[in-house]
Amino acid sequence: MAETGGVLSSAPGGAPSRPMRALRLLLFSDYLVLVLTLVYVAALWLFVPEILSPTNLQDVFLQILPLFIAALGLMMVLMVAQIDLSATSIMAMGCVVGASIMTGEGGYLAGQPWAPAVAILAIVAIGILIGVINGVCTIVFDMPSFLVTLTTMMFFSGAAIWYTAAHTSSGSSIGSLPPAFLDIGYGGVAGIPYAAIITVVLAIVVHLLLTRTVFGRWVRAVGLNPKAAAISGVPVRAVVIGCFALSGLFAAFAAIIYTARLEAGTPILGQRILLDVIGAAVIGGVSLFGGKGTVIGVLLGVLFLSAVDNGLQLLGLSLSSVYAIKGGVILLAAVTDAIRHTLMARG
Amino acid sequence: MSDLLLKVSGLNKSFFGVRVLRDVGFELTRGSVLGLVGENGSGKSTTMNILGGVLTSDSGRVELAGEEVAPANSRDALALGIAFIHQELSLFPNLSVEENIFLDHFPRRTGRLPFINRRILREQAKKALELIDLHVSPATQVMRLPQGERQLVEIAKALTRQARLIIFDEPTTSLTARETERLFEIIDRLRGQEISIIYISHILGDVLRLCDNIVVLRDGRVVGTGPRPDFTIERLVTLMVGRAIDQLFPERDPGSPPRSTALSVRNVSQPGIVKNVSFDLKPGEVLGVSGLMGSGRSELARILFGLDPYSEGEIRVGEARLPPLAPRQAMDKGLAFLTEDRRGEGLMMEASITDNIVLPSIVERSSGFLYWLKPTALGEAARGVAERVRVNTKAIERTAVRTLSGGNQQKVVIAKWLLRAPTIFILDEPTRGIDVGAKYEVYKIINQMVAAGAAILFISSEIEELIGMADRIMVMGRGEVRGFFERAQFDREALMKAALWD
Repeated sequence: MAETGGVLSSAPGGAPSRPMRALRLLLFSDYLVLVLTLVYVAALWLFVPEILSPTNLQDVFLQILPLFIAALGLMMVLMVAQIDLSATSIMAMGCVVGASIMTGEGGYLAGQPWAPAVAILAIVAIGILIGVINGVCTIVFDMPSFLVTLTTMMFFSGAAIWYTAAHTSSGSSIGSLPPAFLDIGYGGVAGIPYAAIITVVLAIVVHLLLTRTVFGRWVRAVGLNPKAAAISGVPVRAVVIGCFALSGLFAAFAAIIYTARLEAGTPILGQRILLDVIGAAVIGGVSLFGGKGTVIGVLLGVLFLSAVDNGLQLLGLSLSSVYAIKGGVILLAAVTDAIRHTLMARG
Repeated sequence: MSDLLLKVSGLNKSFFGVRVLRDVGFELTRGSVLGLVGENGSGKSTTMNILGGVLTSDSGRVELAGEEVAPANSRDALALGIAFIHQELSLFPNLSVEENIFLDHFPRRTGRLPFINRRILREQAKKALELIDLHVSPATQVMRLPQGERQLVEIAKALTRQARLIIFDEPTTSLTARETERLFEIIDRLRGQEISIIYISHILGDVLRLCDNIVVLRDGRVVGTGPRPDFTIERLVTLMVGRAIDQLFPERDPGSPPRSTALSVRNVSQPGIVKNVSFDLKPGEVLGVSGLMGSGRSELARILFGLDPYSEGEIRVGEARLPPLAPRQAMDKGLAFLTEDRRGEGLMMEASITDNIVLPSIVERSSGFLYWLKPTALGEAARGVAERVRVNTKAIERTAVRTLSGGNQQKVVIAKWLLRAPTIFILDEPTRGIDVGAKYEVYKIINQMVAAGAAILFISSEIEELIGMADRIMVMGRGEVRGFFERAQFDREALMKAALWD
């Protein structure tokens, strides 16, 4: 027990030294990520002033929205100490199925005024369905969620490609989406994009769910100690399945925004953002050990990761370098989480 | 020969300015057993951690066989011949017995190459297991062994390192009565081999039985020391708590015998777990459940609360039947369940006292169809019960349960159920691993609940505790009820016999 020391443990007995204390304080701070983001942006501004230009900020802002939504969904799963790798395949599947319903080129409901509504419902249903499959396999059949969601990810990524091929002549994407649907991507009221309104509403809902409802307490309890939760009358299985369903639902919302913006249904939608979704949650302080996570934290994580991404691209780095650096940053965040965990466990 | 092996003198230790050891000193001769007793926080663990190399002292001397030593880590201590067997065993359940024994000194095939010589490993492991009379194959995975045998593996590990001093920290908390007997025999044998033992335990009866000398610690000081005949349980308790506790168990009004039945269990069976268990539990009654580990007592508790299934029989609360596997329904009918594993199943260690206390009650105390929380009301309710059980901290919203002592953690578990005002409380080992003072307080809380009309199912491995607290005792063995004893018939030996009889 005593041998499992963290690297930052202070000398036994004596009071911790001053730099050690400052480091600990910073490590435990909820706003560590915000500080890092600001420092990073300020430093980069010296080299590429465009980073703070209105166009760039608007670009980044619009990119952030669906990523934030998907990361909120993932947070729910991480809170119960599970993982969900299937978000991107849910997006792809939802995207192509939704598009196939409303596309003007031979869609199931082509030209019908209520086609977009049905398409949205279908996307949402797909998200929830895949989420429930993930949840049931994980908690009822007692399989590791890593394996379950990795396989659903592969299955539905493949299925989305097959589905697209079966519904188009080109085989790569389904276009001609109705303007009413595309409005979600570009329209807005009073200068505020619909996508932003959707995102803010969802963020508030998740925040209230986690902090103000019995369900939120249950989620935290299951993440901290599922056995104790079960004995305290928490319906552990339902809570875990619910979290996976929410993760699927939120991936579906992200898919709706992405699809509207791309103006097409494509099976490669979201393929590149899996790392970003997980990274944003982890950087945002959602513990991989369960029980810990906040909406504001995830938002900061998304901001930080997007700033890194955007900044490196503005610096003219190649996509592969950006990837490598982002991977490193996320690893660092995960290591920090692990260190915090050990430090907390030792008191 | 009875020359001195260990001499500790003037040991001092502070943590962040708080003195936890003051001038602690004692001696230990070769081949003798020293009992170390004291409440939680009295400095036992700190002292032993200094000997075991986990901590270093601020000042003081530790002499081992006449030489001053100051082990810097547990490896050092082991090299000096000091083995520390912790309460939570440090074995790797997924490795075999032999691999565990030789984990840090595998016999190598050739000098420095990292290849293990399996043949020699097997032979040496066999020899070590013979020394402690453990007849299992050295290739057995540790996870397949019962708790008691795992402990013996730890001892074998110490013996292969030529330990001269073995420190046992609460070795019997997870052992059955039979396993405990076996451990004591082994300790006797070690004594014969000139190995010295320091034995730490809350179970004072064991200490008096086993030890040659006893040291009592209180608030980091040695408050009593001497050969065993100098001590009785009463004297030990008085020394430990610093005041005389007139009795170990608080007095309770016997009250009038109730007529109604709170919980009625009829022929409950689950293949391989319990068989044909029937009993009635009355309001205001404490029904003790005795039996060895594996006798089905904890398993029965889990079945009653709806955590494990049962295939036959009936469990009734009043008129209502309790279905299997429905803890929520059991709770709604007034059941509460304190598990034997407080860290693993009772508490969210990282969460606050308040969050732990309110968890089973949040549904009833929420509002609206969204089950909206009422944090202020919840906080007040939690504060109320925390005060009732006397959790000794005021900041219950901010204090993580992890930071509390065992006794206070147990009070938090009790408090979380008290908030639901249960009518039937199943207590599985409610005083395991907590000190005398906290035990007494737990007993007092139980008595208050009984006075208020609650029915208690009190499962315990400590027969004295059941004799002191129960109105009736049900003895279990191999999943069956072996018999009931009324208060007038309470007798330690008869109860033991009923539990052991096959």
